[in-house]
Amino acid sequence: MEAFEYASPKSVQDAVKLLGSSWGGTEIMAGGTDLISAMKDGVVTPKRVVSLKNVKALDRAQGKAGAGMRLGAMVTIRQLLDLPQARQGFPGLVQAADGIRGEQMRHMGTVGGELLQRPRDWYFRNGYGLLAQHNGKSLIPDGQNCYSAILGNSGPAYFVNPSSLAPILIALDAKVTLRGPNGQREVELSKFYTTPNSEDEREYVIKPDEILTEIAIPESSARTATYEIREKEGLDWPLVAAAVALQMDGNTVKSARVVLGHVAPVPWPSPEAEEALNGKDLTEEVADAAGKAAVSKATPLSQNGYKVQLARVAVKRALMRAVKGEA
Amino acid sequence: MATCKYDWPPEGERELIGKRIERLDGPEKSSGRAQYTYDTNPPGRLIAKLCSCPHAHAKVTSLDISAAQKLPGVKAILVVHPVGDEIQWAGDEVAVVAATTEEIAEDAVRLIKVEYEQLPHLVREEDLKAAEAAGRTKDGGEQTAGDPAKAFEDPDTVVSEGFYGLPVITHCCLESHGNVVEWPDAKSVRIWSSTQNVSGGPGQLGQGLRLKKVDVEDNNIETICNYIGGGFGSKFSPDRWGIEAAQLSKMAGAPVRLMLDRNTELEMAGARPSAYAKVRVAARKDGTLTAWDSDSWGTGGPGPAGHPPLPYVIEPPNRHWKHTAVLTNIGEARAWRAPNHPQGCLITMAALDDLAHKLQMDPIELLQKNVNLAPEVLRKPYSEELVKAAELADWKKNWHPRGDKTSGPIKRGMGVSLHTWGGRGHNSTCNVMIRPDGSVSVQLGSQDLGTGTRTVIAITVAETLGLPIDAVKVEIGTSKYPPSGASGGSTTVGGVSNSTRRGAIDARDELFAAVAPSLGVQPADLEARNGKIQAKSDASKSLTWKQACAKLGVKTIQATGKNPGPCHLGDSGVGGVQIADVSVDIETGRVKINRIIAAQDCGLIIDVKTAESQVFGALIMGVCYALFEQKVMDETLGVMLNPNMEFYKLATIGDIGEFVVHMMTGPGYDERGVIGLGEPPVVSPGAAISNAVANAIGVRVPTLPLTPDKVLAALEKGAMA
Amino acid sequence: MRRKKDRPRKAGPEKSALTRRDFLKGAGVTVSGGLLVGSTAAGAAPPGPEAGFVGPGAVPVTLRVNGKVHKMNLEPRVTLLDALRDRLFITGSKKVCDRATCGSCTVMIDRKPVYACTVLAIEAEGHNITTIEGLAAEGKLTPVMEAFVNHDAQQCGFCTPGFVMACTAYLEREKNPTMEEMEKNLGGNICRCGTYWGIRHAVVEAANGMKGGAHGNM
Repeated sequence: MEAFEYASPKSVQDAVKLLGSSWGGTEIMAGGTDLISAMKDGVVTPKRVVSLKNVKALDRAQGKAGAGMRLGAMVTIRQLLDLPQARQGFPGLVQAADGIRGEQMRHMGTVGGELLQRPRDWYFRNGYGLLAQHNGKSLIPDGQNCYSAILGNSGPAYFVNPSSLAPILIALDAKVTLRGPNGQREVELSKFYTTPNSEDEREYVIKPDEILTEIAIPESSARTATYEIREKEGLDWPLVAAAVALQMDGNTVKSARVVLGHVAPVPWPSPEAEEALNGKDLTEEVADAAGKAAVSKATPLSQNGYKVQLARVAVKRALMRAVKGEA
Repeated sequence: MATCKYDWPPEGERELIGKRIERLDGPEKSSGRAQYTYDTNPPGRLIAKLCSCPHAHAKVTSLDISAAQKLPGVKAILVVHPVGDEIQWAGDEVAVVAATTEEIAEDAVRLIKVEYEQLPHLVREEDLKAAEAAGRTKDGGEQTAGDPAKAFEDPDTVVSEGFYGLPVITHCCLESHGNVVEWPDAKSVRIWSSTQNVSGGPGQLGQGLRLKKVDVEDNNIETICNYIGGGFGSKFSPDRWGIEAAQLSKMAGAPVRLMLDRNTELEMAGARPSAYAKVRVAARKDGTLTAWDSDSWGTGGPGPAGHPPLPYVIEPPNRHWKHTAVLTNIGEARAWRAPNHPQGCLITMAALDDLAHKLQMDPIELLQKNVNLAPEVLRKPYSEELVKAAELADWKKNWHPRGDKTSGPIKRGMGVSLHTWGGRGHNSTCNVMIRPDGSVSVQLGSQDLGTGTRTVIAITVAETLGLPIDAVKVEIGTSKYPPSGASGGSTTVGGVSNSTRRGAIDARDELFAAVAPSLGVQPADLEARNGKIQAKSDASKSLTWKQACAKLGVKTIQATGKNPGPCHLGDSGVGGVQIADVSVDIETGRVKINRIIAAQDCGLIIDVKTAESQVFGALIMGVCYALFEQKVMDETLGVMLNPNMEFYKLATIGDIGEFVVHMMTGPGYDERGVIGLGEPPVVSPGAAISNAVANAIGVRVPTLPLTPDKVLAALEKGAMA
Repeated sequence: MRRKKDRPRKAGPEKSALTRRDFLKGAGVTVSGGLLVGSTAAGAAPPGPEAGFVGPGAVPVTLRVNGKVHKMNLEPRVTLLDALRDRLFITGSKKVCDRATCGSCTVMIDRKPVYACTVLAIEAEGHNITTIEGLAAEGKLTPVMEAFVNHDAQQCGFCTPGFVMACTAYLEREKNPTMEEMEKNLGGNICRCGTYWGIRHAVVEAANGMKGGAHGNM
């Protein structure tokens, strides 16, 4: 790990003042598990690290059962898992958080850091950049692409968004608050992630001098669920995940939100799946059709065709889990 | 049969041997007090870091260490590969830096400027034709017995053809490879080494140093290893980076710690060779095997790395195998727990399982039918183990022909495999000492990999002297003690138990001779039991252990025990049968282990508890390589993409399923004496799990690991067939 | 160490114009980062009046480990694990993956389990750090350690301290443990020898012991 200077401001205001206007020179640290690992790998080499650990205002979770929730960026995964209002109101969110294992990661990991963690892509982590270019050409199509994107991969990026929480939060229409030098703005999480076109860009719209301070989940009566397909029960990132939020009228879907994780450079909302659900009675067949629709536009690579099948199944199972109301 | 002076006590007379005894070093380990090489910090020790080559095959064209040398805190830099040297795998160290802190050492490495001329590389070997086209193959041997061509043509036989394989995996020792070295004076070296070979260490380091023109006598080198954080066959020497650490230490005039980082540990500190094979196997309709033919290949890095034994254990009378070594730039192969056996086993047992399916036979019946094709010493054990494992698995009730026909996406299946290993005790020398105050110690230059070696030594000596286990001080872990073999090939338990039994019997007999006159009996009439020396003929004639030892006056008894030596205390050749019970989600391709049953023999068991732990551990390691592990290489870059523990996947506690371990003991087993156990049970899990998956889903997933992509691909292919 | 691939590094905004030597000059001195970095070189905004940067050189750091206070001079980049192992020679926590994956480095901060390999030592200031050495008095074992011994939940032993820490933290927090939850909680620890079988049994025993015999669903 290269040397850096370090600050641990007590307020968001002070923290923002310490940030730079371009990527790379300064990194913001939340729980640290991802940032410090990335620094050790030389994937990021900040000259300055601004820690949010002492910003007490960021570790609060507010909300009531049946109402919306506001989660400070520094709320830990463990805090989230233990929140009664989350357990009661948003089982799909708790299921997503439950996929983050084990206890060390749950205590260290924060919801803000989870949303902003860098891709796990092994070319990226080995120092070949977000776009994994080598001699002007992407290494991915002819390389080891078993974990790569099956959707949204028509551009130069093939990595997948690594967040476990983003899909369900997007399905719940969550917004994030970004605080910058000129005040704060709210961004819908569905518009927060972006696919970079060059190595100078990052995979989200937050600016280098902004801090993600809060995640707001609006009040919702939707039935929610997350279904992950993973290789390992312990610490591991899922192969694919699907998150759903369903407004139901009896057994009929009034409106559905379906968002896939780990299939594209961004969390992947599926209007196709939503369309296959809206107005239908949610049976196993309908759920399966929605899964099929979700991957209808998939463009798999040489080694990751199986993820198309996994995504389809994940959608189906997330839907059935939401209907059954599993905790 | 005439009794021999050195023997094992018969069943019924064993106080400690064959019982469940907690490992002696358990408290040290669970409390974190156990000091490993990585934990060793002699005063003033420097930390060394490697400057590694990022290319799979390259020539060093320029090397500039001047900026690094100027960095404050840098104490020595050793150039390992000067300009002109060719490098054969990514990760290989071009230079090594020793500095006062890890951070400074890393900064210095970043300041070293190296330029390379990249040379053509090959890092992937599944495609044999591509390797041949690149001129990177070498004849790996060929053998024929009987007349396989004719046997395959016999119209009365059923022939099964298949393709099977396992990728390269790594050892991934949790304590990375490395050493801490100091020169207490200009002529002597002390090296704390994370090693499976304490006694061999000085010779290896001495030779290495002399080749580098560093003058040192083996005599003046002490290798120390009290605890080692995993070896699995990859830690038999201080390695070239151990020699480099010693050179740096000499240059800097301070102790040097050089432990590999995780990425280099995975890139170059050991790999298990891959094996892929096209197989044909034939049997008569009653299941009697008649012929085998295999064309296999695999890679163990830049040099040939042996070949899998094919066919494995069960040898049809007509057989032919041919192996091709693919030479790749992936780092060197090292012995990996039961070298070549898991490969031979998977290929053979999967082929036999496919044949059983074709014959519409229960695979256990097929194995029973052909047990006579195994080496003679193993036939009876295999037969009994097949029966035992089947009984424990409730095979007759739970097994079904290939393809679980129940509804729903979760399919359940069972598979069987068998394996063997040698495990004869290695050369071992020990000193057993009984002092006049009654204290007992045993010294030998052995090491405890976590297999329970210390505990086995203590049990053996305590049993022999009729003492409780904590009355024996076990001293191992330094080359200053009498030489004992390296812990490889499952040779340790046989070696150290046999040498210490002989030494302890001699020491005991010397004590008998010393105390017999005072009891007025012949030494031959004495026995050591329950902390007493007493006459067999008259138990009232007895002395407590302490009273007896006091008769020694000022004399300490010192007896040397050796292996090999007179009388039969150990043997070679064990068998084992494993049955895996799995569930496969055919919609996701995910395999879950429900249960693995292991029936294993290893002769006389000294400590049942640590022996069972070896089997449990082997099963879990087997689950790891069956379901998760592979060294993933990128052909364009020539580098390993998963040199970390996130993507080099190992099972976690929720991934393992349930286990039933049954050790075969008693008549027929115990009288064979002590035989090694560490390796054999890791051989079968891959094959048993692969067979169970085939049984569950109705098609063979040809290669390990059995990841969702491969399971789904096999299902798709099967559905189309 | 992690080698740099020879991918040509972009001279774009991701790259600072600073050289390593500029930073090393600051070693051992506590200075405002703004002074050292310069306001534009790293694309950084000028530091505010409360900037409070330290480093990149060594700065005084005080750690309270197992109840004992240790004063050190550390660069901000030094991890808690390296501070414990290489400066204080408290070596029970092991360095294995060094990337928040394997759990061998687990310590407790304010009785919560963390990966010491990805905590900066400077961030552990002001907290109570407990390592495996701090769980039991010299020569004594805790119920969790005893359970590990009884069930032979260790072979080479290198992952064991991390597992003992993680188990201890889990059982301190969870009064009604279940096997399923336990496996998720300990899913951030990796053993290579394959001691999970023994660990499972050890956790059950320890859970029983800590609850005085009654235990949840284990």
